Amino acid sequence: MLGEGIVKGLAETARNFLGSYVSKDRLTTVQYPEERLPQIEAARNFPFLVYDGEDWQQGMRCVSCLICEKECPPKCISIEKSKDKKLDASGKPQFYPTVFNIDVSVCMSCQICVEVCPFDAIKMDVDFELSTKDRFGDLLWNKERLSKSNEYYRKIHPTEAAAVDAQLAEERAKLEAKSKLAAEAKAAAAAAPAQSASGVTAEK
Amino acid sequence: MSATTAATAHFTLKPSTDGGEGQLLEVSMGPQHPSTHGVFRMDVALDGERVVKLKPVFGYLHRNHEKIAETETYLGSMPYTDRLDYLCSITNNWAYALAVEKLAGIQVPERAEYLRVITGELTRLQNHTSVIGFLLQDMGASGTPLMYAFREREKVLDLFESLTGSRMMCNYMRFGGCRADMPAGWLQQAQKVVEAFPRFLDEFERLLSGNEILMARTQGVGVLSKELAVDAGITGPMLRGSGVNYDIRKVDKYGIYERFSFKVPLGEHGDVYDRYMVRLLEMRESVKILQQAIRDIPPGPIMDAKTKIRGFRPKAGEAYGRTESPKGELGFYLISDGSPNPYRYRVRPPSLINLTVLEDMCLGQNVADIVVILGSIDFILGEVDR
Repeated sequence: MLGEGIVKGLAETARNFLGSYVSKDRLTTVQYPEERLPQIEAARNFPFLVYDGEDWQQGMRCVSCLICEKECPPKCISIEKSKDKKLDASGKPQFYPTVFNIDVSVCMSCQICVEVCPFDAIKMDVDFELSTKDRFGDLLWNKERLSKSNEYYRKIHPTEAAAVDAQLAEERAKLEAKSKLAAEAKAAAAAAPAQSASGVTAEK
Repeated sequence: MSATTAATAHFTLKPSTDGGEGQLLEVSMGPQHPSTHGVFRMDVALDGERVVKLKPVFGYLHRNHEKIAETETYLGSMPYTDRLDYLCSITNNWAYALAVEKLAGIQVPERAEYLRVITGELTRLQNHTSVIGFLLQDMGASGTPLMYAFREREKVLDLFESLTGSRMMCNYMRFGGCRADMPAGWLQQAQKVVEAFPRFLDEFERLLSGNEILMARTQGVGVLSKELAVDAGITGPMLRGSGVNYDIRKVDKYGIYERFSFKVPLGEHGDVYDRYMVRLLEMRESVKILQQAIRDIPPGPIMDAKTKIRGFRPKAGEAYGRTESPKGELGFYLISDGSPNPYRYRVRPPSLINLTVLEDMCLGQNVADIVVILGSIDFILGEVDR
């Protein structure tokens, strides 16, 4: 019968329409600004710089090694390395970036910078409500705007941050043990010449 | 060869509107999204309602992809491949990774191969749903079919987001494996989506496949003959819609595709309706592959331990890696001179090559059929222009 297919199709539409009142599966629309879907944990949108502790300048993990700048496919990162060193969160003197800019109008959120960073200093953000009226200044993010605390990172990517924290803690423990050993060896070495010196004097 | 001369079983000649005056009307269709595929323009010469000449004009979305890739590292080109055919970034990643792995002789771990198949077939599902939605939108069925298709596509995109971090620009594969392993519960969620998918396909077929208007608009329209399809190098569902049994998953058996049992659906008449049906049936086969892959996926590493991410330099040589992307044969041809950048980087885009027969399919058809034929080609201008 001509029109049978159309009637069948309309029955399907009716089922979907009526079903949307009872089944969540058929009504998937979310009224966005008022209603929000839960944030997916792995989501990524533009990188940020992680800092430990309270002070973003003191605790910044970035040591200005320039790897991300070199590996960034659209070359949206620009870094200027410091001449002097300052102490990082673990108390080790490190270089730091005097300038760290990301042009987010160029960035494509590919997270290659995150993958290549050996210091876990740059991570992906999840913030997507970033519209602005300033085309130029507001889309070139400096290091103050990019800096976000480790607590924030733990909040947005809990699983990933826990793994990073564990790894960093292990590295720091190793480093401390090593420096402790080195300090002991140094102390021992400092003690040993004194002994030998005293020995020499005793011989004489 | 004009498409009108290729008579098929259910093909009827439309009444001619040719008055014999010979006055042609030139119409420029585009360059705004004529059918939501990208920025594309056609110069059409019309004799009444009939198309007598059609010249596609493209290049509006040219981004210099190949030349940029020659100045990037091998890894740096990976996110750019997402943006070729932006509906199915994962199969683009796969084709590129395959070419580089061939070039450098990298082995991919078992689990990564399974992950590639799962994500690749999910990509096929979401590409075909959206393409069918767009095709019907082009036909004038505005809203309903596209919304139903997008509702299902969104479920797959949610899977992609929780696995790769991004809905569309996944940037998921790396040379020698995949970037991220599945988060907890992902496989169960994927299984749920896959199990529910045939129900959606049944629904979609009830909604449309028997629809008389759809049949009238698509059957016998835009016929692509078997010979022309082979001669023009057409690949993918378009070629199979014309009845040629050629699927690179079966021919090359790249990755681990020889382990899965699936059929290759073929069309008979090579018209728009056959291309539509081939895509619907292909989704059912993809569901079968997905069920097998989700059942069999082994534990293990997802990256080849010997391959470094940074400072990757394959030895001098050349390689061509190709995959059956949802649109057809997607190939990457790479020449390495031993430096960190490829010496030559060439993409064989299925969209561009499938688009070359547009005029042959449109000649003799009505002007309203052009957009339907265009929609049935399944092309993305990001890949055509690069």
